[in-house]
Amino acid sequence: MADLVQVRAVTKSYRRGGETIEVLHGVDLDIARGDFVALMGPSGSGKTTLLNLIGGLDTPTGGAIVVDGRRIDRLSSGELSAWRAAHVGFVFQFYNLLPVLSAQRNVELPLLLTSLSAAERRRHAAIALALVGLADRARHKPRELSGGQEQRVAIARAIVSDPTLLVCDEPTGDLDRATAGEIMALLQMLNREHGKTIVMVTHDPKAAEYASRRLHLDKGTLIADGAGA
Amino acid sequence: MRYLPLLWAGLFRRKTRTILTLLSIVVAFLLFGMLRAVQTAFESGADAADAKRLLTTARYSIIEPLPMAHLKVIERVPGVVGVASADWFRTKYQNESNAFPVFAVDPARYLDMYPEFTIDPAQREAFAKTRTGAVAGQRLVDRYGWRIGQKLPIASEIHAKTDGSLNWEFDLVGVIDAEDPAIRGNTDVVLINVAHFDEARQLGRGKTGWYVERIAESEQAKAISSEIDRLFANSPDETKTAPEKEFAVGFAKQIGDIGAVVTRILIAVFFTILILTGNTMAQSIRERIPELAILKTLGFSDARVTALVVAEAVLLLALGGGLGMAAAAALLPAVNGSTGGRFPPLFVTETTWLAAAGLALLVALAIGLPPALRARRLRIVDALAGR
Repeated sequence: MADLVQVRAVTKSYRRGGETIEVLHGVDLDIARGDFVALMGPSGSGKTTLLNLIGGLDTPTGGAIVVDGRRIDRLSSGELSAWRAAHVGFVFQFYNLLPVLSAQRNVELPLLLTSLSAAERRRHAAIALALVGLADRARHKPRELSGGQEQRVAIARAIVSDPTLLVCDEPTGDLDRATAGEIMALLQMLNREHGKTIVMVTHDPKAAEYASRRLHLDKGTLIADGAGA
Repeated sequence: MRYLPLLWAGLFRRKTRTILTLLSIVVAFLLFGMLRAVQTAFESGADAADAKRLLTTARYSIIEPLPMAHLKVIERVPGVVGVASADWFRTKYQNESNAFPVFAVDPARYLDMYPEFTIDPAQREAFAKTRTGAVAGQRLVDRYGWRIGQKLPIASEIHAKTDGSLNWEFDLVGVIDAEDPAIRGNTDVVLINVAHFDEARQLGRGKTGWYVERIAESEQAKAISSEIDRLFANSPDETKTAPEKEFAVGFAKQIGDIGAVVTRILIAVFFTILILTGNTMAQSIRERIPELAILKTLGFSDARVTALVVAEAVLLLALGGGLGMAAAAALLPAVNGSTGGRFPPLFVTETTWLAAAGLALLVALAIGLPPALRARRLRIVDALAGR
C-alpha cells in the first residue's frame, strides 16, 4: 500500500527560558494509506509533538514531512490552514467542542470553510452524527452530553469533511474503560470500513490494541515499531 | 451570513455580561441620537438658510429700527431681485408663558422670500387682502387649538395702539407650514399685515425691524451686502447686511456653542463606552483562547479568525447602536409633545443615522482590533496546551 505520510529526519526544538530544547531527534516514519497507527511512549517523549507536525498544527525545525505527496513543512501559515481544513480531522482528549454551539453546529464548523450551502452543511453534519450514533442528540449542547457522547461529536466533526487523515491525541484519555472501548471501536470502524488513515497518540495499551500498528517513542526517538490488531 | 450563528453564540456566551454591555451601548447611542437632535434643532436656522437670501439690520443692534424707505433703495441695488421688511414685537398670548414671535410683514413680499414655507393659495390671498389678517405656523395652531376665521387676541410688550392699549386683535386667515422637518421649527411664528400694524401703532410709524433680500446669484452675496451697506453709510440709519446663514449662526451662538457642548458630552460618553466595552471584549476573547485555537485547528486561517473577532465587535456595536438610535427616534416625538411645541422639533436626521453608523464602526474597530490581533498571533499548539 502507498505511503500517505512520510516523515524524514524530522527534528523539533523549542526555546524555553533562553534554553533550546530538542524534542524530536531526526525521526523517520512512513505511514501507509489506510493504516491505523498508535504512537506510544512516556510523557515528554515527543509523541504529541510528532502528531502535531503530522497534522500540520506545527512546523518542524528540520527535516521533511510529506502527506499525500505534499511537503507540508514548506507551506505558509495560510496554506497550512487550508490544507488542514481539506485533509485532516482532529480528535482530542478533552473533545474541544465549542460549548455555545449545539452538537449539529459543532459538527458543521469545518464545513463553514467549504462552499456548501446551509442545507448541505446540515445534511452532511446529520450524516456524520448518524455515523457516530448520535443522530438524536443533534440539538444538544456539549454540557448536555456525556463524555463519551462529546467524544463522538468530536469524531463526527473530524470526519464531516471526509478528510484523508484522522489525527487523534489521547482520544480515550478522559473516558471510563467501557466508553473508551466504544470510542476505539468507532475509530476502528472508520479505519476498516471507511478507509480512514488514523494516527493516534495514547498511553493506554488497551486503546493501542485497536491499532494495526504500534510505534514507540522515547526521548524524541522512534525506538520500536510493532504490528497490532 | 454563514458565520452569524457562530458570532451570535460567541457574543452571548455570557448572557448577563453581554446584555449589560449592550445596555451601556444602547444608552450611549440613545444619548447620541437625542443630543444630535438638539444640536440639529439649534443649527436648523443655519442649515435652512438660503444662500440667495440676505438680511439687513441696523448697523449696531438688531433692535434698532430702520426706515421703511430703505426698501425702495435696496430694491434698486443690482443683483437684488426682491426685498421684504419685517418687524418684531414681543408678545404674550393669554399668559406670560405663551410667548411666540409675531412679525409684521408685507404678506406677498415676505412669503415670496420664503418659498420653503407652504400655504394654501387662497389663504395667502386672504392674508394679502385682509388688513387685520394673520397667518400662523401649523405647530402654533396645533398647540393652541386655533381655527381659521377666529380672532387672535395678542398682547404686545412693546407696541401700543393709538388708543394706548397693548392688546391687539387679528383675524386668523391662514396656516403656514414646511415639508422639511428641519425647517418646520422656523414656522413657529405669527405673521401680521404690516399695513394695518403700522397704521394702528402709537409709535415708530414708518420704521421696520429688518429687511430680507433675495439675490440672483449666491456668489454675489458679499458684494451685494457691501453695496447695500455702502448706500446707507454715514447716514443716521446705517445698516449691516450679511447672508442669512451668518445671521443664523451668530444668533445660535448667542445662546451658546451647542455643537461644542454636545461634542464634549459625547466624547466623554464614548470614551467611557470604549473603555467598558473594550475591557469586556478583551476579557471575552481571553476566555475563548482554546476555542479560537480549535477554530484554527479546523482550518480557519489567521485572517479569518481575526475577522471573526472584529465581526463580533461590529455585531455588538451594530446591535447596541441600532437599538439606541431606534430608541432615540422613538422617544423624540414624545419629547416634542411634552414641550408643547415651545422648542424646535427634535428628530433624528439621516445624517445623524450615518454618523451613528460611522461611530459604531469606529468603536467596534477600536475594541475589536486588539483582541483580534491577539487571536491572530495565537499559536495553536501553545493555546491547546494551555500555555
